[in-house]
Amino acid sequence: MLLEVEDLCVEYLGTRPTRAVDHVSFSLSDGEFLGIVGESGCGKSTLLFGLAQLLSPPAQVTSGTVRFQGQDLLSLDERHLRQIRWRRISVVMQSAMNALNPVKSVGTQFSDAMRAHGERDRTAIRQRSEEVLRLVGIDPAHLHSYPHQLSGGMRQRVMIAMALLFSPELVLMDEPTSALDVVAQRSLMVQTKQLQRALGFAVVFVTHDMSLVSNFSDRLAVMYAGQMVEVGPTAETFAHPLHPYTQGLLEAFPSVHGPRVPLAGIAGAPPDLSQVPPGCPFHPRCPVRIGPVCQTVIPLRHRVGNSDVLCHLYRTESSSVA
Amino acid sequence: MHAPSSGQPAEPLLRTVGLTRHFRVGGIFGKTLHAVDDVDLEVGEAEIVALVGESGSGKSTVARLLARTYPPTRGAIWFAGRDISRLSSRSDLLAYRGQVPMVFQDPFSSLNPVHTIGYVMRRGLRLHRPELSRPEREAAAVEALETVGLVPGRSTMSKYPHELSGGQRQRVGFAQAISWRPRLILADEPVSMLDVSIRIGVLNLMLALRERGISFLYITHDIASARYVADRVVVMYAGHVVEAGPTEEVLHRPVHPYTRLLLSAVPDPRASAEVAVGDPGEPPRVINPGEGCRFRWRCPLAVERCAMVTPRLVPISEGHAAACHVTTAGKALTPEGAFIEGA
Ligand SMILES: Nc1ncnc2c1ncn2[C@@H]1O[C@H](COP(=O)(O)OP(=O)(O)OP(=O)(O)O)[C@@H](O)[C@H]1O
Ligand SMILES: Nc1ncnc2c1ncn2[C@@H]1O[C@H](COP(=O)(O)OP(=O)(O)OP(=O)(O)O)[C@@H](O)[C@H]1O
Ligand code: SF4
Ligand SMILES: [Mg+2]
Ligand SMILES: [Mg+2]
Repeated sequence: MLLEVEDLCVEYLGTRPTRAVDHVSFSLSDGEFLGIVGESGCGKSTLLFGLAQLLSPPAQVTSGTVRFQGQDLLSLDERHLRQIRWRRISVVMQSAMNALNPVKSVGTQFSDAMRAHGERDRTAIRQRSEEVLRLVGIDPAHLHSYPHQLSGGMRQRVMIAMALLFSPELVLMDEPTSALDVVAQRSLMVQTKQLQRALGFAVVFVTHDMSLVSNFSDRLAVMYAGQMVEVGPTAETFAHPLHPYTQGLLEAFPSVHGPRVPLAGIAGAPPDLSQVPPGCPFHPRCPVRIGPVCQTVIPLRHRVGNSDVLCHLYRTESSSVA
Repeated sequence: MHAPSSGQPAEPLLRTVGLTRHFRVGGIFGKTLHAVDDVDLEVGEAEIVALVGESGSGKSTVARLLARTYPPTRGAIWFAGRDISRLSSRSDLLAYRGQVPMVFQDPFSSLNPVHTIGYVMRRGLRLHRPELSRPEREAAAVEALETVGLVPGRSTMSKYPHELSGGQRQRVGFAQAISWRPRLILADEPVSMLDVSIRIGVLNLMLALRERGISFLYITHDIASARYVADRVVVMYAGHVVEAGPTEEVLHRPVHPYTRLLLSAVPDPRASAEVAVGDPGEPPRVINPGEGCRFRWRCPLAVERCAMVTPRLVPISEGHAAACHVTTAGKALTPEGAFIEGA
């Protein structure tokens, strides 16, 4: 296993303590593409930051482990972490488009990053910079360009190129395409997938748009209120969603194919994470909740086929795995 | 649902003729950015028209022109039989904006956090329906809030924006608009900032309001949601309308290469991942664009003529038109309804 996350909890401590990542467990194999979907505020970015050990106060890991190639990242000090981050685990942040420094050329930002990680050879730096730009389909001439001279899609690709500078084994991407329109989004996804296949790195790809990753992820994880309520092979989850929330989400997407059918969406709104409902956090919105158990008892993780699901509906069908 | 608007009135509710808006850019070197060029657009009574197209194609500029945020560089806007592109008196503009209000993309910044929803509703009503007495205003505000599902309206009135969810705030935008008794709502990406699970509620609200006779210009990137609500779709590229027609017709028989590209890029869980879009996703060139089709740099079908002559919208079938030299060749509909070669 490349990455094994066990029972991870991340909380924002303070006057209104918020558990943004709530007992999350999952694993990732070498070269695998995992999509994480969920609505705004459900804890996706916090989870990614937790994986990369980039959390800063008031956020804090309050329980669990994150193992990368068998090594517990939570036990490493900052110096050791720095050797892993970027070189072996790299991150493309949310709103990456605006994450570039506006007053430095692309090439300068690349070489700054490489220098910070101990690369001194100017020729090597230039060659690698050109190489990664070519990888993402941008003319190396743009090493001299400043961010404002690039379109939004190009800036996103530059950020991805930057994440690939050291040939990492794991790339964490947080909504890298959300600011783009459909056509640009699609070509960036296709490109990312091709790179991943060619270079063999694993990807954790966070998005609020479930249909975006549908063609690209091997497995799909659905988050709700800080919990990973369903994890399974993408195609199976789309064909047979298990969790009532996943089912609702899939029914909330109008389609361009097939007959036009009226959709209902999901009643209510996602909870404020500082006041998560007791029992199953989805129960106030759940159309199929069962009696008091959903309102009072936190659902356990159940294995159904190749998926894990956190829902009382599946308690009798299988044994719990957590 | 989706019953087409009844009848074909001789004159649509809204009609633009050659609507054009240019911006000067680049300081003293004076270049011209063609945000919107020669747009002929129609919106019928109780009709939802979706305006789709990529970022920078001019959709919001069209909305702002229709809202009379600024006047057009050229062209006319006929609304209910009157050219409103030249309106200038404050009272005429206020009356027009009450009939054609705009709902914005961002429910988080479009409401001032220091005012209650009631304050916002009352202020709008004082401006756009000055004839109402205070109790009438109160009743109109409550009714509008309840129409959009913010029940009870009276208690919503005393709330502040931060006490509402994103979907609820977006509903306030619609409530405000409908309290003015509008005939056409300009909705610029009204759901793109909302969570997936609550988006559909706002789209359903638009459908319900259409049943009450309100028309919409629905601006979006999201073709699937356009299909869900719209009777007709208008596709823009680089300031031009490149295709327009009944929604299902355009989706199932897209003619313009850009429309085809757009549809092929819509994520579809049922399609395979292998269909690669070999498109560089370049932004359209709208600064001093000159003659010719503005899609030609990205178009897989471009021929010499595309660089020399700007294609005009050509009717292909009833209500369906596209502007492309290659794909409409031989398909043009003559007035009698027959196809003629090479039109
Ligand atoms: N600095 C902070 N202090 C306190 N709470 C925070 C802080 N940052 C985030 N939160 C809370 O943690 C929760 C999870 O936030 P997070 O940014 O991880 O969500 P997300 O799923 O990435 O959302 P989005 O899709 O909007 O990016 C939210 O409910 C948010 O209110
Ligand atoms: N006030 C302005 N001054 C100069 N240029 C402008 C102005 N408003 C819009 N533009 C330009 O006009 C073009 C069309 O912009 P518009 O906002 O209408 O696009 P859009 O289709 O709404 O895009 P998006 O989907 O990103 O909202 C863009 O190139 C934009 O930069
Ligand atoms: S545990 Fe109960 S409330 Fe929660 S999703 Fe399952 S059925 Fe619905
Ligand atoms: Mg986030
Ligand atoms: Mg816009």
